[in-house]
Amino acid sequence: MRTTAAVLAQGDISAPNIEYGQLAPMLLVFGVAIAGVLVEAFVGRTWRYSVQVPLAFLGLLGAFAWTCVLAYTDKPFHVAAEGALAVDGPTLFLQGTILVLALISLLLIAERGGKDHFAPQASALPGSEAEQETMAAGITQTEVFPLMMFAVGGMLAFPASNDLLTMFVALEILSLPLYLLCGLARRRRLLSQEAAVKYFLLGAFSSAFFLYGVALLYGYAGSVRLSVISDQLGKNAGNESLLLGGVALLSVGLLFKLGAVPFHMWKPDVYQGAPTPITALMASCTLVSAFGALLRVFYVAFENLRWDWRPVMWGVAILTMVAGAVIAITQTDVKRLLAYSSIAHAGFLLTGMIATSRDGLSGTLFYLAAYGFTTIGAFAVITMVRDAGGEAGHLSRWAGLGKRSPVVAGVFAFFLLAFAGIPLTSGFTGKFAVFKAAIESGATPLVVVGVLSSAIAAFFYVRVIVVMFFSEPEADGPTVVAGPATAAAVALGLTATVVLGVLPQPMLDLAGDAATQMFVR
Amino acid sequence: MEDFPWLSVLIALPLVGALIVGLLPRGGEELIKRAALGVSLVVAVVAGVMASGFDPGGARFQFDEKYWWIKQFGVHWAVGVDGVALTLVLLSVVLVPLVILASWNEADRSGGVDVPAKRSVKTYFVLILVLESMMIGVFAATDVFLFYVFFEAMLIPVYFIIGSYGGAQRSYAAVKFLLYSLLGGLIMLVAVIWLYPLSAKSTAEGGLGEGTFLFSELSKLNIEPTTAKWLFLGFFIAFAIKAPMVPVHTWLPDAAGQSPAGALVLIVGVLDKVGTYGMLRFCLELFPGAAKWATPVVLALAVISIIYGAVLAIGQVDLKRLVAYTSISHFGFIVLGIFAMTSQGQSGAALYMVNHGFSTGALFLIVGFMIVRRRSARIDAYGGVQKQAPVLAGFFLVAGLSGLSLPGLAPFVSEFLVLTGTFTRYKVPALIATAGIILAAIYILWMYQRTMGGPAAEKVKGMADLSARERWAVGPIIAVIVVMGFFPQPVLNVINPSVKETLVRVDQHDPASKISNVAENGARP
Repeated sequence: MRTTAAVLAQGDISAPNIEYGQLAPMLLVFGVAIAGVLVEAFVGRTWRYSVQVPLAFLGLLGAFAWTCVLAYTDKPFHVAAEGALAVDGPTLFLQGTILVLALISLLLIAERGGKDHFAPQASALPGSEAEQETMAAGITQTEVFPLMMFAVGGMLAFPASNDLLTMFVALEILSLPLYLLCGLARRRRLLSQEAAVKYFLLGAFSSAFFLYGVALLYGYAGSVRLSVISDQLGKNAGNESLLLGGVALLSVGLLFKLGAVPFHMWKPDVYQGAPTPITALMASCTLVSAFGALLRVFYVAFENLRWDWRPVMWGVAILTMVAGAVIAITQTDVKRLLAYSSIAHAGFLLTGMIATSRDGLSGTLFYLAAYGFTTIGAFAVITMVRDAGGEAGHLSRWAGLGKRSPVVAGVFAFFLLAFAGIPLTSGFTGKFAVFKAAIESGATPLVVVGVLSSAIAAFFYVRVIVVMFFSEPEADGPTVVAGPATAAAVALGLTATVVLGVLPQPMLDLAGDAATQMFVR
Repeated sequence: MEDFPWLSVLIALPLVGALIVGLLPRGGEELIKRAALGVSLVVAVVAGVMASGFDPGGARFQFDEKYWWIKQFGVHWAVGVDGVALTLVLLSVVLVPLVILASWNEADRSGGVDVPAKRSVKTYFVLILVLESMMIGVFAATDVFLFYVFFEAMLIPVYFIIGSYGGAQRSYAAVKFLLYSLLGGLIMLVAVIWLYPLSAKSTAEGGLGEGTFLFSELSKLNIEPTTAKWLFLGFFIAFAIKAPMVPVHTWLPDAAGQSPAGALVLIVGVLDKVGTYGMLRFCLELFPGAAKWATPVVLALAVISIIYGAVLAIGQVDLKRLVAYTSISHFGFIVLGIFAMTSQGQSGAALYMVNHGFSTGALFLIVGFMIVRRRSARIDAYGGVQKQAPVLAGFFLVAGLSGLSLPGLAPFVSEFLVLTGTFTRYKVPALIATAGIILAAIYILWMYQRTMGGPAAEKVKGMADLSARERWAVGPIIAVIVVMGFFPQPVLNVINPSVKETLVRVDQHDPASKISNVAENGARP
């Protein structure tokens, strides 16, 4: 009370100037999320699903449309909300990508009709009577929609944050709902809850690192604003140990979210345990968002420090590519396999980021979009291949799928080839873009490591194809169950993977345009 | 017809055909096979019409087209053929219909020793047609990026053909094939990407001022020697794996042992030529200095390949593996001719690529026919076949003799040119390589003797002779081998101008020698 009075007494405080128009996509998504919570509270159980799904779709579509309008009308390049958020080319590109990928993930999340992925009531203990009752009552889980919208809102804000505190808030907004979502799997609930706890504990730990880093950087620069940190670096003033410590701790927090080695431990467990639609959401949108934030921090705040962080990032990139590819070889669960593949891809993306050039930025942006579509498509296929007890996760169960359902297996094989970077798929174009940027910046050894780990990675992608196509089907093999929404998600993923591989020019132009002015400061 | 996009049409036709075949109903297998054959014949006719308009004395790359594909990367859809590329395109389009004819029943009764469960006949022919499109594309591409795209994408149909239609060890062989080629391809990718910043440099620094992958532009690059050596290595390793040369050849015998015979003709007859073609086109012309720097090592590897492949071929008990090892030996000859850097050597090598395609193709096809009959690729499963199946044995003999370069058959001309071309500059490698011919006589004749000669063994009793379809599949190849043995000149006329361009580019002149004008006058046996 006293402080409010004191502030009011001063009288000269002006209301913060918020550019609502430019922040509308984020605000819309958050608004829909809150509306979703209200729907949960006030709409009857039977109606919730049919209200939540259109609400979420319209919210994401509206936000995407607004992002497009923003990008096409005035090519924005400014800071908004008193400098807390940046609205520039990369922001809009990343936000647009996240929104489209979230829409496709929503198709998977919204799939119902006997193909539910979520526990009817998360609070019911696994194996308890309460769980039996909720199952029997046919309750449909709808809390996922507002939770997902909150997460997406956080993802939109994360790469747009222009100061480290906003970035931290965005990080928490995107993470907390994801921790919950991870624990909601309908089947193998203990595994799912274990994943959620593991993700939460490690995530909280990495948040602490992030925050500690922010504190040290504040101590160094006297501000959490990225541009001020950059200016301070230019002046070569301040305590260097605070700076280096801050950069290191902050990087740990960011690299954790990408799952770069050695901060990748959570990824396989969480990807495996989480309900597959949520895994798809994390593997695409979260990765895009986290990479966006990483790019902004390193391109804006620490650009002048690149001679110091580059060698470390080289090490991280090499470790990430090699470890991701090598460990993946021994995996026998499809979702874990894709988790390690995602780690390896984070490494490839880091090579583009290390270039710290315009080409590096546009290449990374393109790669993120291309990889996101392929990943969602691949996880969507995983949701379709089912046993009596849910998804057939073990690789041996996929034996002979190519004969049982050639189309589904063929599509999955195509996604795997895209991951492996075979020409005429989006994966190749993306890899070419980031490797080209890396070579231009003189990081040829890094690219050599990159192609060698691509070759290792190709081995396990090919192994899955061998299992699917060249081995005989088991008598009691899994069945392929395709709901219309899931099929649509697969089709969209496939289309994007083909188009970005064969005719990538428009998308490359978009990424190039987004990167022309680099980041606003 | 001047501006007709011949090559783009040639690349698109098999793809369209594959789509049509793919849409046919699954039950009508006979219709599927006929449709696939029809498509490949149309492609062959179109290619023939195009080739008749090729002017050996004209511009280097003819039927060329150039459109932007990915502007951001400086990539064009650029196609065009010179003499060497044209003959290889023709080789591909001639072999594909014959292969389809020969492997009429391959998908339903596997050519492998162990017959896998029934596979989709349709998929097999779709894959062959897709492969045909990519084979044409890889030889026609005049943009290095486009070449790379075809080079890598080509692996996928082959991988599925070996993996789905091969013998008992098919998945092992398919994975080994794919990983070897992919590794080579990825190493090459680094070199390909590297070309971009080099070309983007200003002209003062030896660049072109604009990033590009056009072959015609890139060959004007002035690359700093150390960089050029790395780039050369990047390309060369990929091509050496593809060709294949010792010591990166081990995928071929496995792939050959497991692959269905029809597809094997395309793998060894055409796909592997991409390796030697790439050496001639890209390694030599883009990095002439580095190529000269690497010549001693490459020649040594080539000679080792010739002898090692031949010696191992003698010891094989499996017919398909045996022919595969003979190919390693022959590829040694081709590489030797290319890196001898004389006009006869390179003309001979370019001609050898075509001849080898036909001669090995015929051998693999006939071996395939034998396997269909006896369900075994082992030499000791046969004996005295010529009494039972004289036509089969006759064709096998001619194809075999062409493999050992008997005068009067096509490979003799090319092998002779390679050896004389090499001898004028590098005497010792040429002399050692000549031993390969003697070894060739051993492996071919001994194989023939064990399988075809002698009294008809009990185990081959009732072995049917070639059917009309099979005769039509192999007959044309045998005819080509004989005709080109006596009249190599038309093909040499097409090849020679391109080879001259390559030599000008690497700045090499033929050493003065009495036999130096053989290539010009043609080598009559």
